[in-house]
Amino acid sequence: MNGPHPSLPLLAGCIVLLAALTATSIWLKWRLADGQPHPLIDSVNQRIRGWWGMTLGLGLALLAGGTGVTLLFALLSFAALREFLTIAPTRRGDHSALIMAFFVVLPFQYLLVALDMRDFQAVFIPAYAFLFLPFFSALKSDPRDFTARTGTIQWGLMITVYCVSHIPALLSLPIAGFEGRNVFLIAFLVLVVQGGELFHHLCSRVCGGHLLAPQISPHLTREGFFAGTACATLLGITLSWMTPFSLWHAALASLAVSTLGTLGGLVMSAMKRDRGVKDWGANASSTGMLDRIESLCFAAPVFFHLIRHWYAAGN
Amino acid sequence: MSVDPFSLQPILRRRLLPELLYWLLTRLTRLVTGAQARWAGCAPVPVQRIYFGNHNSHADFALIWSSLPDALRRVTRPVAGADYWESNRLRRYIIHRLLRGVVIERNRDGRTGDPVAQMATALRAGDSLILFPEGTRNTTDDILLPIKTGIYHLATACPDVELVPVWMENLGRLLPKGEIIPVPLLCSITFGAPLRIAQEEPRDAFLARIREALLQTMRSARPQEP
Repeated sequence: MNGPHPSLPLLAGCIVLLAALTATSIWLKWRLADGQPHPLIDSVNQRIRGWWGMTLGLGLALLAGGTGVTLLFALLSFAALREFLTIAPTRRGDHSALIMAFFVVLPFQYLLVALDMRDFQAVFIPAYAFLFLPFFSALKSDPRDFTARTGTIQWGLMITVYCVSHIPALLSLPIAGFEGRNVFLIAFLVLVVQGGELFHHLCSRVCGGHLLAPQISPHLTREGFFAGTACATLLGITLSWMTPFSLWHAALASLAVSTLGTLGGLVMSAMKRDRGVKDWGANASSTGMLDRIESLCFAAPVFFHLIRHWYAAGN
Repeated sequence: MSVDPFSLQPILRRRLLPELLYWLLTRLTRLVTGAQARWAGCAPVPVQRIYFGNHNSHADFALIWSSLPDALRRVTRPVAGADYWESNRLRRYIIHRLLRGVVIERNRDGRTGDPVAQMATALRAGDSLILFPEGTRNTTDDILLPIKTGIYHLATACPDVELVPVWMENLGRLLPKGEIIPVPLLCSITFGAPLRIAQEEPRDAFLARIREALLQTMRSARPQEP
């Protein structure tokens, strides 16, 4: 390859940004909270730690190239699916269906991504896995909670495999005049979704107001949601240089993905509350992988479709 | 000085191969189950113990065993049923050479050894034991099968050894009875507070305490409501 890797400046920028954020948060913790536990600062710090992991993992994968990125997201999907199904209400009769989900459906979906078979990738899980997986459970002849069991397995596959696989698929979208820089689309998506979640969180704390869904999220407010979405849209506009987007497109895409991300997070919180756990890694006594990527899951397919529709039409 | 290659072979087979398989078994179990041991009621200290757990899967053996620190694991022997573990060469190798199991005959009819005496002998030699007081794998929807009387007779024979309840979650889903390929679901293992048999404690009262200790450990293992 000639010249430096296109993602190196981006990676360096992210690391500088994260270092600045980390320094600020340490300073805040020391100045405002006197080193004592502080709910707002601590929750922001936890996010920043997650971003370090995300940046370093993604950075290494980017340096390894497109296959590296696909493999990384396949592993993330595996970890997330594992966490999701761990607290799913499946029974003994679902064993074969679960084996198929982990060892056939997941690898096959990422194989389709790696081979750039976009049309089949779009229907494989929603149509084929959806139709075929319940056969394995039905053949075990246990009707108890059948709808809930098969529904939950399919839901887990959709969120943790189908949705996540749209992120590495961004790399193979042919965009005229943007060749070789598709990596920036992933960076844009991650930055706007994660930034949007943080803005929603911070604005809800700062503005207060009416809670959106008090039984699910005791923090998120309507006012905070609108203010946060506005901030995330501004963030997207300032980052539009990373993308093939015009300012309008950047604003629309940011509006869409930040809204989807936060509302998706709300959906996942509802599921966790339903199962009686604080986070998806509850069984492993740590914060789960799915907790970190759940908002991205909801935003990724729509972001993919927007770009395909606007810039890669006919492909 | 030259080394006779034939003198090395027995060393490889008797020492290195078991060590390698031992290492593989512990690593693989931890990787597949993703479980980290939670020592909720006691610490992993070198005290002679009987670890008794709920039994849903063959992976139970491997998980309790893999969750112990190496020094403890080397002096802890699982108690296993002869009908299953003596039935072929591979199983015999695993249970005798790798796990140093105490193999007992579960079936009352026509058995030659006395299971309680076998277990008591192992305890008197200073080793700890892993056993499953339900006697067999639980494939029902009930949370526990009735506790068999074996653990009462063993506790009466060795009243000084402390009994540690172990609760394992999800292993029955990871590898149900009769399945070969494990589903990589996350499992958990929790060690509860130890108990001992009281003097002249009636059998049924003791068995009820054993059951309650397991259920108590289960409750401490379940994640709290947010």
